[in-house]
Amino acid sequence: MRKYLLKRVFYMLLTLFLVATITFFLMKLMPGTPYSNQEKMTPQQIKIMNEQYGLNKPVWLQYLIYLGGMLHGDLGTSFQYSNQPVSYLISSRIGASAQLGLQAMIFGVLVGIIIGSFAAINRNTWIDTLCTVLSIIGKSVPNFVLAVLLQFYIALKLGWFPIADWGGFSYTVLPTIALGVGPLAETARFIRTGMVDVLSSDYIELARAKGLTKFGIVYHHALRNSLIPLVTLIGPYTVALMTGSMVIENIFSIPGIGEQFVKSITTNDYPTIMGVTMLFSAGLVVVILLTDIVYGIIDPRIRLSGNGD
Amino acid sequence: MAERILDVKNLEINFHTYAGDVKAIRDVSFHLDKGETLAIVGESGSGKSVTTKSLMGLLANNAEVVGGSIMYHDQDILKKSEKEMQNIRGKDIAMIFQDPMTSLDPTMKIGQQIAEPLMKHKKMEKKKAWAQALDILKLVGIVDPEKRINEYPHQFSGGMRQRIVIAIALVCYPEILIADEPTTALDVTIQAQILDLMKELQSKIETSIIFITHDLGVVAGMADRVAVMYAGKIVEYGTVDEIFYNPQHPYTWGLLNSMPTLSSTLLEAIPGTPPDLLDPPKGDAFAARSAYAMKIDVEKEPPFFKVSDTHYAATWLLHPDAPKVTPPTEIVRRQKLFAKMSANKSVKA
Repeated sequence: MRKYLLKRVFYMLLTLFLVATITFFLMKLMPGTPYSNQEKMTPQQIKIMNEQYGLNKPVWLQYLIYLGGMLHGDLGTSFQYSNQPVSYLISSRIGASAQLGLQAMIFGVLVGIIIGSFAAINRNTWIDTLCTVLSIIGKSVPNFVLAVLLQFYIALKLGWFPIADWGGFSYTVLPTIALGVGPLAETARFIRTGMVDVLSSDYIELARAKGLTKFGIVYHHALRNSLIPLVTLIGPYTVALMTGSMVIENIFSIPGIGEQFVKSITTNDYPTIMGVTMLFSAGLVVVILLTDIVYGIIDPRIRLSGNGD
Repeated sequence: MAERILDVKNLEINFHTYAGDVKAIRDVSFHLDKGETLAIVGESGSGKSVTTKSLMGLLANNAEVVGGSIMYHDQDILKKSEKEMQNIRGKDIAMIFQDPMTSLDPTMKIGQQIAEPLMKHKKMEKKKAWAQALDILKLVGIVDPEKRINEYPHQFSGGMRQRIVIAIALVCYPEILIADEPTTALDVTIQAQILDLMKELQSKIETSIIFITHDLGVVAGMADRVAVMYAGKIVEYGTVDEIFYNPQHPYTWGLLNSMPTLSSTLLEAIPGTPPDLLDPPKGDAFAARSAYAMKIDVEKEPPFFKVSDTHYAATWLLHPDAPKVTPPTEIVRRQKLFAKMSANKSVKA
């Protein structure tokens, strides 16, 4: 097991290195410069600025300098926000995004599992159809439409939750729902498909022959076996949500990282692009490892290294 | 006379399909006495499995019991609610399934899978149920049960898994055990072991067995009585000797004739296929495939004719007015043996 983990960690680092390299050179291929008012600057000024930010050096040297900095935990300084280190920019904003993403994921997956199971148990009845229609709507309605609707009806008309801003838990409820409907619909669809399969299998028939109740069969036998395909989906989805959603964060004025990332790309803020990309990739490789471990916990047949717990 | 624990009378089951109602079980009656083994024999689609599923209340959603009764002691199983059936299933009537490779939950330790019926029916705590699961694992011949109780199904071979399925079925000491082709999916060498185990356990825990199979070879060593099913009906039933050595129905002849024996050089087959049960034939369902069919066979359904107190067959050949026919040579050989056996018996008596 330890050997396996070491090997996995090595591959993770290798992946991150490749991501850093590819992103760096692709980024340098983007047109434009980081300067917002370049047309008003003299060539002299541009030269001075380039020197100050190290952009006058050849690209491969810039790459090596960046890589060296990253190894020491230095992600550089943002171009947009004068003299703010990227690491500070990320750490001060990732909290809100991560909390929101995690909450949305938990909400979506839990409710999705319940709805999906319910549809599968009542297969080919109106309940199933209703659940399917709901998940299609959930999947196809853009979350900003839902966000605005929630703001108008729940926050403005009913006044149950704040419309926007970032304060306590009550501020997170509406954005969590808006953000969580996507994973909810996806989960419901996955669980329904998986469970319909599982419910027609022989071991469910055996469970019925044991005299177990319907709920007991679903809870103890069907659910776990239907979760396997879902695990693949959940990991990367969680990372994607936790690293910020520009639209939702904008609508609810949440000081998250999603907006920063988009802004950094449009303004050629190289260090921020690199920083956020590396954060996203790091999250992804860790989650993929976790997914593999969780697989083994759920399904003993694919347990790592093959010898029990 | 032995206590009668199960009495199925005039059972009729239809399956609703898009094409119409499939009459899967047509007027089936049989009974089961305490401690005996009844084999239900027939080819695929003859209604063996549907019959047993109705005993468990496990019929598919599109199945409908159109008529008849299933008396378990003095209660009609067909009148029970799902909740009441849950209390009978696994406790009084248990079942062994055909394919041990797929009938165990791949994500649950086998100890828990065996303990589940105990926790449900005997309200046992987990610890106590596991202790009992360990005992039954020993009983079904799992080596090193203390270690293996914590393992998952994929860590067992097919034969071992079927032993576990048997353990699950027997853990509550059911009065009736339904075995639905329990050896079909197993290697021939393992088959014999599983059959021996079932016989051994039957005497230990005094259960009655309904044994479903299409393999007459398996029946000979297992059953006390045999019922032969064809196209949703029982066509002949009797003691195992009566069916094997004095069969009367042409379909039973065909089945026995297609079984390899030491002397057979050529394996016979029954020509044709079973009838479509969407629209079952009017007369004897086997008439179209039978070399012995008479005119009346396609016009009128034969009633059961009594051969002995325990032996009945539904064929017009037994009617007093029917012409004498000579069964296939293999059957004639068997009937001669039977005559000798009965003679010996009457001498002894």
